[in-house]
Amino acid sequence: MKELSYREMGISDSEYQLVLDIMKREPNYLELGMFAVMWSEHCGYKNSRPLLKNFPTEGPQVILGPGENAGVVDIGDNQGLVFKIESHNHPSAIEPYQGAATGVGGIVRDIFTMGARPIASLNSLRFGELTDVRVRELFSGVVAGIAGYGNCLGIPTVGGEVYFHPCYRGNPLVNAMCVGLVNRDEIALAVAGDVGSPIMIVGAKTGRDGIHGATFASEELSDSSAEKRPSVQVGDPFMEKLLIEACLELIAEDLVAGMQDLGAAGLTSSIAECASKDGRGVQVDVALVPRRELGMTPYEVMLSESQERMLIIPRSGCENRISEIFDKWNLDATVIGQVTGDGLFRVLEGEAVAGEVPVAALTESCPVYRRKGEEPPYYQELKSMDLTNICPADPAEAILKLLASPTIASKRWVYTQYDHQVMTNTAVVPGKGDAAVLRIKDTGKGVALTTDCNSRFVYLDPRIGGMLAVCEAARNLACVGAKPLALTNCLNFGNPEKPQIYWQMENSILGMAEAARALDTPVVSGNVSLYNETAAGAIYPTPVVGMVGLLENLDERCTMDFKTEGDIILLLGSLSPELGGSEYLYLCHGIEGGAVPQPDLKQEKQLIDVLQWLIKQGLIVSAHDISDGGLAVCLAESAIQGKVGFQVDLPVQDNQINGQLFSEAPGRAVVSVKPANLAKAQELAAKSGIAATVIGKVAGQDLIYHDKGKPVATLSLAEASKVWEETIACYMK
Amino acid sequence: MKFGVVVFPGSNCDADCFHAVKNVQGQDCEYIWHQQSKITGFDALVLPGGFSYGDYLRTGAIARFSPVMPAVIDFARQGGLVIGICNGFQILLEAGLLPGAMLRNKSLMFICKPVNLKVLNNRTPFTNQFNKDAVIEVPIAHGEGNYYCDPATLEELQKNGSIVFSYCGPAGEIGDDYNPNGSLSHIAGITNKEGNVLGMMPHPERCSETVLGGTDGFGVFASMIQWLKEARA
Repeated sequence: MKELSYREMGISDSEYQLVLDIMKREPNYLELGMFAVMWSEHCGYKNSRPLLKNFPTEGPQVILGPGENAGVVDIGDNQGLVFKIESHNHPSAIEPYQGAATGVGGIVRDIFTMGARPIASLNSLRFGELTDVRVRELFSGVVAGIAGYGNCLGIPTVGGEVYFHPCYRGNPLVNAMCVGLVNRDEIALAVAGDVGSPIMIVGAKTGRDGIHGATFASEELSDSSAEKRPSVQVGDPFMEKLLIEACLELIAEDLVAGMQDLGAAGLTSSIAECASKDGRGVQVDVALVPRRELGMTPYEVMLSESQERMLIIPRSGCENRISEIFDKWNLDATVIGQVTGDGLFRVLEGEAVAGEVPVAALTESCPVYRRKGEEPPYYQELKSMDLTNICPADPAEAILKLLASPTIASKRWVYTQYDHQVMTNTAVVPGKGDAAVLRIKDTGKGVALTTDCNSRFVYLDPRIGGMLAVCEAARNLACVGAKPLALTNCLNFGNPEKPQIYWQMENSILGMAEAARALDTPVVSGNVSLYNETAAGAIYPTPVVGMVGLLENLDERCTMDFKTEGDIILLLGSLSPELGGSEYLYLCHGIEGGAVPQPDLKQEKQLIDVLQWLIKQGLIVSAHDISDGGLAVCLAESAIQGKVGFQVDLPVQDNQINGQLFSEAPGRAVVSVKPANLAKAQELAAKSGIAATVIGKVAGQDLIYHDKGKPVATLSLAEASKVWEETIACYMK
Repeated sequence: MKFGVVVFPGSNCDADCFHAVKNVQGQDCEYIWHQQSKITGFDALVLPGGFSYGDYLRTGAIARFSPVMPAVIDFARQGGLVIGICNGFQILLEAGLLPGAMLRNKSLMFICKPVNLKVLNNRTPFTNQFNKDAVIEVPIAHGEGNYYCDPATLEELQKNGSIVFSYCGPAGEIGDDYNPNGSLSHIAGITNKEGNVLGMMPHPERCSETVLGGTDGFGVFASMIQWLKEARA
């Protein structure tokens, strides 16, 4: 392997000076490599750390906030839900199948490393437009990769979102979330334990794959990125499945002091993270690390990102039992070093010292950059765009166009490739509700899971867009009957060294923080993915929210489909004519602009509470929040899923019918009720300060939209279904 | 009745089958580790779904060499009830307990969705709780469920009533539109000639409880229990 200069490793001149100051000598090649990966944005969060401090991270429901491999929230019965979302964008851009597959593998390891049984996966995906053949390759490769890995593990992939927009053409986003179930007293931590404890590595053998993957993830994509394909790892889900079962057996028997997965920056990072928590040192001998390639240097062994490896620090006296369990699962466990008390990270190759760096230098001394953002000129320009002179599109045509937009259309082509039912807990399957619902066996309760972000909103107004991403996630959970508990986020942005990108990042984080506070959904884990740029420019700022909620009684859950003819359709929240940032403007008028509708966080919280109460009391039979495509699409989706039509009559004012139909203003949901429960439902909503307006009823086999008694649009259910169901499959044929 | 769920490295529906038998049907159930070469005291065996040994070579191809398999084969030869679901079906084919082989789905994609099945033979230990020609809804989740055998074997299967489940439409229509994976003669599940070994690609354990959206799979396990009861009486 050709030796890289420090600049090629991603270390700046001033950072190199800092390394010299710490080491008081020139670092050797191995030591330099260790600094480079640990100080990369991916591992060190050097650009984002000061901003992340804005997030609320505490609450009575939080068992463990940020700082560990994943966050944990309390769901009662001595159980916790462990969850986190993470990006694998750059690898997926170069090698979609393996990039996405190993993204799943990495996040699943983060969860069982905590001692939790992984119970569900979700994802959030962004691609360019499906008319582009390269995009279709990326899309099908990514979906197949997620399926190939997750299905083999036997962890159901139960939810997610997929958006298509030209800004992601060369830089798709692949964010994978995993959720695990843990007994509170069995939570495992990535700590080093006692001085003298052996350090074991278990799982796959170490190869040259993925060296400098963390660094690669922390720079912009370019034409030469394809040359970095060797930086993408190859996944072995079978090995990971064995690791899950073996590691959970270790936890059940209480055999480990510390456990850590090997992810970005491989051995270097996982060992440094364990040691730094307890102020310990470590000594490892690379000659003892099982390899699958000959002639690897200490540098290559320490930086390899070979997948499916775990670091185990046994409780003293438990080494033999640990070996027995790994033997049972046919896994190689090897002692490669021990914990020391001197605070140094010493790498040996046999007898010789190959490198020696203070642990704290790699972790705590990572430089932090407080950058200054700069408002981009587009912000005021697009925000103040005058939308009043737009010639309204024909509503029926517009509805069909929206239903045929791959971003809105059914994702059946995607989720039928994912095993979403294994583990026999999936009570609301993909496509049926605004969030996935899983039962927790032996308890009677359930959990709801969702991922959300409308990046166009975030682009147009980062602060409001950030708030809206949190609001939508919480609303989706409420629509299935769950109480939102906490969130994880994956912050995907362009190059933060550019002031206008930093401005997007700073403001969207502030918006998310504000909404998370208002809705009492603290941030317990997360991941930052920066440098999502190609020569064509940066992606839209895409801070994805993954949120979990609790249903105390699983029987009190709700789906989005209309149920029975004659049921009354209620709009919760108010009609709004605001079209800023809507999919309608984009699709029918080619406009991405206007003022993004501002959420009223107090109202949003009330709506979320009202939805839960209505569902708990059995007063409503369907619930679906208004988001992409507005009220018109929301109604159509409930009808398509329920295989039954509707008639609605909107009390529209001032010729704003298209506004009312297609506004994506937040704080709103469409529910259906039995006529006998109407009065009660309306009363309950009114008491909480939420408008509940009757807008029509479930009926027939057509989707009929009226404006004060005047027909506006009529579509046959069959036609709408066909368009919505088949769009993506048609592109992918 | 006592059921055993065989666990291979990479099995991932083992806990689901265990739950369906133990908690839903209320029967005794134990896991059988693939290294065990003796199986005693069981009334029925379940070979669950999953990706045994990663299925890297060919589905079920490595699992059939597991130490437990000679014992499973013995158990079946002596008339014990054996049900193989999904990967379990693939293993039964590789082990020669059932005829034929699996090809990749015609679409070359993994497919997870509910499908309709027609109960073509209800006089088996696995289907006696269904009406003949009943249409039931059971989910599939596989990448290689495209059943194939030679014409002579197919004729034999048909003659013996060994084709127990076939894919169909909601009203029991048989046709390519309702065949999710390209399976020969729309086959979803077959028994051996003696009728005591069943392989099926759909997952009855995933639809044995209302909370999971359907209970049509319940009858498969209930049939086994009923048959065992009668055999005992």
